[in-house]
Amino acid sequence: MEEQLKIDFEKLLENSNFSKKNVEIKRKNFNDFIEKGFPNRREENWKFSDLNQIISKNIKNLSFYHDLSKPNKIDQSIFIDSLEHNKLVFVNGRIEKIEFDYEEKNKIQILDDLVLEKPNNANNSLLFLNNAFVSKYFKLIVKKNYSLLKPLVIYNITNKDLVSKSVNLKVDILLEENSSLKLIELSNDKSTTNFININYNFDVQKNSILKNYKIDNNSNSNVKYCFNNINQDTNSVSEIFLLSSGSEFIKNEINCNLNGKYASAFVNGIFNLNETKHHEIKTNINHIVENTKSYQLIKGVLEDKSKAVYQGKIFVESKAQKTDGYQLSKAILLNDNTEFNAKPELEIYADDVKCSHGSASGSLNEDSIFYLMSRGLNYQEAKKLLINGFLLDVVEKITDTEIKNLIKNIINL
Amino acid sequence: MREKQIDQLKDYKYGFTTDIESIKAPKGLNKEVIKFISNAKKEPKWMFDWRMKAFERLKNLKEPNWQKPKYPKINYQDIYYYSAPKGTGEKPKSIDELDPKLLETYKKLGIPLQEQQRLNGIAVDAVFDSVSVATTFKDKLNEVGVIFCSISEAIQKHPELVKKYLGSVIPLTDHYFATLNSAVFTDGSFVYIPPGVRCPMELSTYFRINASQTGQFERTLIIADKGSYVSYLEGCTAPMRDENQLHAANVELVALDNAEIKYSTVQNWYPGDDNGKGGIYNFVTKRGLCKGINSKISWTQVETGSAITWKYPSCVLQGDNSIGEFYSIAITNNYQKADTGTKMIHLGKNTKSKIISKGISAGFSDMTYRGLVEISSKAKNSRNYTQCDSLLMGNKCGAHTVPYIKNKNPESNIAHEATTSKISEEQLHYCQQRGLNPEEAVGLIVNGFCKEVLQQLPMEFAVEAQKLVGISLEGSVG
Repeated sequence: MEEQLKIDFEKLLENSNFSKKNVEIKRKNFNDFIEKGFPNRREENWKFSDLNQIISKNIKNLSFYHDLSKPNKIDQSIFIDSLEHNKLVFVNGRIEKIEFDYEEKNKIQILDDLVLEKPNNANNSLLFLNNAFVSKYFKLIVKKNYSLLKPLVIYNITNKDLVSKSVNLKVDILLEENSSLKLIELSNDKSTTNFININYNFDVQKNSILKNYKIDNNSNSNVKYCFNNINQDTNSVSEIFLLSSGSEFIKNEINCNLNGKYASAFVNGIFNLNETKHHEIKTNINHIVENTKSYQLIKGVLEDKSKAVYQGKIFVESKAQKTDGYQLSKAILLNDNTEFNAKPELEIYADDVKCSHGSASGSLNEDSIFYLMSRGLNYQEAKKLLINGFLLDVVEKITDTEIKNLIKNIINL
Repeated sequence: MREKQIDQLKDYKYGFTTDIESIKAPKGLNKEVIKFISNAKKEPKWMFDWRMKAFERLKNLKEPNWQKPKYPKINYQDIYYYSAPKGTGEKPKSIDELDPKLLETYKKLGIPLQEQQRLNGIAVDAVFDSVSVATTFKDKLNEVGVIFCSISEAIQKHPELVKKYLGSVIPLTDHYFATLNSAVFTDGSFVYIPPGVRCPMELSTYFRINASQTGQFERTLIIADKGSYVSYLEGCTAPMRDENQLHAANVELVALDNAEIKYSTVQNWYPGDDNGKGGIYNFVTKRGLCKGINSKISWTQVETGSAITWKYPSCVLQGDNSIGEFYSIAITNNYQKADTGTKMIHLGKNTKSKIISKGISAGFSDMTYRGLVEISSKAKNSRNYTQCDSLLMGNKCGAHTVPYIKNKNPESNIAHEATTSKISEEQLHYCQQRGLNPEEAVGLIVNGFCKEVLQQLPMEFAVEAQKLVGISLEGSVG
């Protein structure tokens, strides 16, 4: 694979016109990636999901360069009809449409000629890969005191033309003071066996609100990794919802730093898996200063031979007194060959804190099924009702009614 | 100087050394030393070969490094692997023949071997540095067929049992420290409970490291045959030295059909002084195998000592309907570090496990609960319940929880809970209002916090453990 990487990297540099500075950074990050390679189970973070193995099992002849010079057609039918929204559309990793029809133009700024920054996590080789191969790196700025009137939907579309490619996307989002953004990321894949590596950086400044809904519901054979880094300032709020269901493999990693007092972070997630799907959610909530709050709720329903992993960590710095941290993960295993692994971790250095976590996994409650059947439902209906109720609990946590209904529709709840 | 020493002794009352001449093997880890140990023990050839196999294997193994508490590199060539009190070459027939100084030591430790002969107490096997020096109550145990002796005696007298079970739970190749122990273990206890026998008394071993620059590598093997029951206690202390000493023991338990083993530890190795100098590195491998159906293994531990405690008493639940339990209190103060927990591996059907872990950290210490619960795809109808609570005193210390939960069976249930908190001001205020001073109040509240675990200890140990909890936290309030 190393040979291929080198050839493709040179091809990329040849065919794009990156600034001198960026080429330099890219080369450095490329070498860092070559040194580390794809992560494997020997790294604690990848203990339950050996990416190296998953890629070599699912993807044959992975190549790292594909031509982004020609525009792709956008399949309009993918767009959400029921909701008025702003659009950012990526097709096969190429930006095809930027549309903020509902917003004041001077309140939003999009930059695409940026100097790359060094990844803030030196152990994460996939961030190096992303930096080395990303072709255009975007930054969205929401100006001070402005709340977007309509949600922004980022469409991540891949079509049939894309086979066995590594696609890298990098988007930074800056919410200046007193601003707010509702962001839906919707992926729709018709492509086969690609490795998609997405890196989001959110900077949520004082009194700002970020609501981020990630929806991966469309069945496909791609392997995905999505890293979200969130920095939160005083009194900011972030709400993240993950629907992890469609791809063959996806790992959503959330690294949230609560840097300002009274900042709070909410992470809610659903695994709804079947066949041989293998999904992971990994969270790192860092309470850096006092009076911060975090809440995490992850629920999973696993069928066939699927496997779900939840690694959640609450870290409390010694200054971060009065921290309130909570974490709960639950899974229902429906078949003999399903597997649920959890590692709910607490690392605490302050004494005046309230931190707890819980994790449970098991089968559907037979008593509840019996009760429903005695009311006239058949076994399948009873099962469906219980599972829906189990998952609905998480969806109900979504604070935006319009988007909540949209998501309910998507997963037929 | 002397005053200082006395002052220190107040904190750790087992910190004295005993002036007993000892025979030591040359420093270092090599074939000769292993040969020396094997010869000193008059071991048969198969045992020596076994040790050599472990030693060969050790050359290819690396020390694990995933643990939270890091420690300076240990120079394995700078340790005495064998140190025996002079005069125990021939094991004394009765306790009266023992070196009086040794007896004195054990008296100071609160284990009056002679008195125990008379009182209706506990059978004790005392291990001094690396050698088992005395075992009490032999006759009474012989009557019911219980074998309780040092492992070196067992190797000679009951080779068939040792051959069959030694290394059957912790294989030679398990990990660095277990393999090191297999190569150089010097002594330890051996217990065999015959079928259908309920051991008439608590069995107990006291481990003490006396000589400096020695490591203690004892090996304990307990076999409970069909339908038997045994309760086993282990206590450990060491003198105060400003060097770090290594303690790498292996404990193997085997429970056959319908058998039950209860293993309790009160670990009070020297934790180092207030500034974190010296203390024992307690890197112990403890594992129990519930081999038969309906078998049960229960671990109870009170960990207050050691500079670094790094151990995971585990249960492999192989037999159907078997039960594993783990109750733990771990207290760290000053600069102590602990990374402890358990592993429950469910292999058989209808297996159950329960984990109750209480961690208390004070001063500048750091405590980690690390545990694994794994339910394999064949372990139908299995259950696990885990609860780990941490208490923090002050914001210079740390408390961490790292559970690994793996469920591969849809008919099984796993539940895990963990909380972290501090002693509430209201509780402290209430106790002080009733006339307790702040330290007593903390002691009372902490004892309440640990009650679930303390209750699991045999009575004699529970009293000692309760006191220990109080002493360990002295000076951590205010």
